[in-house]
Amino acid sequence: MGIIEAKKLVFEYIRRDEEGNVEGITRAVDEVDMDVAQGEFIAILGHNGSGKSTLAKHLNAILYPTEGTVWVDGKNTSEDKNVWDIRQCAGMVFQNPDNQIIGQVVEEDVGFGPENMGIPTKQIWERVEESLKAVGMYEFRKKSPNHLSGGQKQRVSIAGVLAMHPKCIVLDEPTAMLDPNGRKEVIRAVRALNQVEGVTVILITHYMEEVIYADRVFVMDEGKIAMQGTPREIFSQVKMLKALRLDVPQVTLLAYELKKNGLDLPDGILTTDELITALQNMKR
Amino acid sequence: MLRDITLGQYYQTDSVIHRLDPRVKLVSTILYIVSLFLFKNVTGYVIAALFLAVVIKLSKVPFKFMVKGMKAILFLLFLTVVFNLFLTPGEPLVRIWKLTITDKGLQTAVFMAFRLSFLIIGSSVMTLTTTPNHLTDGLEKLMGPLKKIRVPVHEISMMMSIALRFIPILLEETDKIMKAQIARGADFESGNLIKKAKALVPLLVPLFISAFRRANDLAMAMEARCYRGGEHRTKMKPLHYEKRDFAAYAVAISYVVAGTVISRMIPLPF
Repeated sequence: MGIIEAKKLVFEYIRRDEEGNVEGITRAVDEVDMDVAQGEFIAILGHNGSGKSTLAKHLNAILYPTEGTVWVDGKNTSEDKNVWDIRQCAGMVFQNPDNQIIGQVVEEDVGFGPENMGIPTKQIWERVEESLKAVGMYEFRKKSPNHLSGGQKQRVSIAGVLAMHPKCIVLDEPTAMLDPNGRKEVIRAVRALNQVEGVTVILITHYMEEVIYADRVFVMDEGKIAMQGTPREIFSQVKMLKALRLDVPQVTLLAYELKKNGLDLPDGILTTDELITALQNMKR
Repeated sequence: MLRDITLGQYYQTDSVIHRLDPRVKLVSTILYIVSLFLFKNVTGYVIAALFLAVVIKLSKVPFKFMVKGMKAILFLLFLTVVFNLFLTPGEPLVRIWKLTITDKGLQTAVFMAFRLSFLIIGSSVMTLTTTPNHLTDGLEKLMGPLKKIRVPVHEISMMMSIALRFIPILLEETDKIMKAQIARGADFESGNLIKKAKALVPLLVPLFISAFRRANDLAMAMEARCYRGGEHRTKMKPLHYEKRDFAAYAVAISYVVAGTVISRMIPLPF
């Protein structure tokens, strides 16, 4: 069993009208099966309302399944006694950096998680130092979060989760509110964690460019997993992605259109360099 | 611009007073205020003034920052003096129309003015030399015993520090909403008081909605980071007393005792 496993996971919202009568039931997550191995980099794609954030909140025991089961590190999230172990094991980074920083100084915020876990003072300081260094924010440790840029704040949030020594980090659209530079910063930090520290990463996003580094991609639509595979496999199915109201990276789209018009190119080109090489090879 | 506002009135510099444990400063301030009400004659006030002067000198905070705090209570001070001056019975000194100033009245008025000014300046010394964060920490530690009678001490101090963290964020948001509403023709400037108050509605409603949304997000983020109240929690920056803190306690207590004794023994003739 991997670090995260979901079996026939269902989550239902009950919609109510103004008097509180039940109007209907929405299935936000519908029979999702998922198995993530330790150390993997997983990306979950989907347009708004596809259920990807709801799925993410199950991995941290913020929401509990209506039906089915989720195991994190072999522990069932529906059992109350497991909640704190699960939250320590699978850390979560949210969309809005301002709304998840608790401390008034960067280092205090990073120390918040370890404080809650009851770690002795000396070790808290060690953890804070190593996590801030891991995301490259160590020199900002004495600053107030209000003076940081969005990308920097988000890196502090990641450090805050990292200080809890999780096996897995779930990032729920961490770049949605950032500018392109901030986005790059955050993604670079996330990739480093995955490759250097071996932390399992589950990245939820709707930016295609962020997905190409993933080991596996899940595409969600109306609560179900519509597609899964490596980024190359996913992006070679441009038509299918368009039907799911998702874009593909510009380069991939260009290669796809060129191929459709008769050029002999391989499927699923992900980067500009790849396309250039493929075009040069073709010329010869 | 709004990001740079300082909260509370902390004055950043490095001094003995700045380095003291916040608990010492809180307790000493309370002791000082008590002493002001224990001393009943001029000797007492001279001692209080000297003590305060020494502390201000040690704190390295410019005196004008202390006086800033006075402006807020100037009206209150004036009112107290006037009431005491005219309404205390005793030997009449001056008579203006129906109002009489008595010797006792003059004395209490002057004492009251000094007492209030010392009180305000004394507490400004504390707020000027302690960060709001340290103050909440100190309060939490000092009120610790109240946990036994089920006062949620940790929760209160957590709320205080979160409030402090969100004040600049909400200010910035207010500014944004205000500009957005002005761009759509809202008028916050003109009209009488009632009209101005009404104009605030389109500002306050979105602000409240966003504050609630933020609170919801923050609660979720805190839970995701294993926050479960004050129990089993350790501190990254625990407060512990150093030698200088005990020395400061000793100084504060001996000031009160010595001040009381000396002012009883050698009353100055007024």
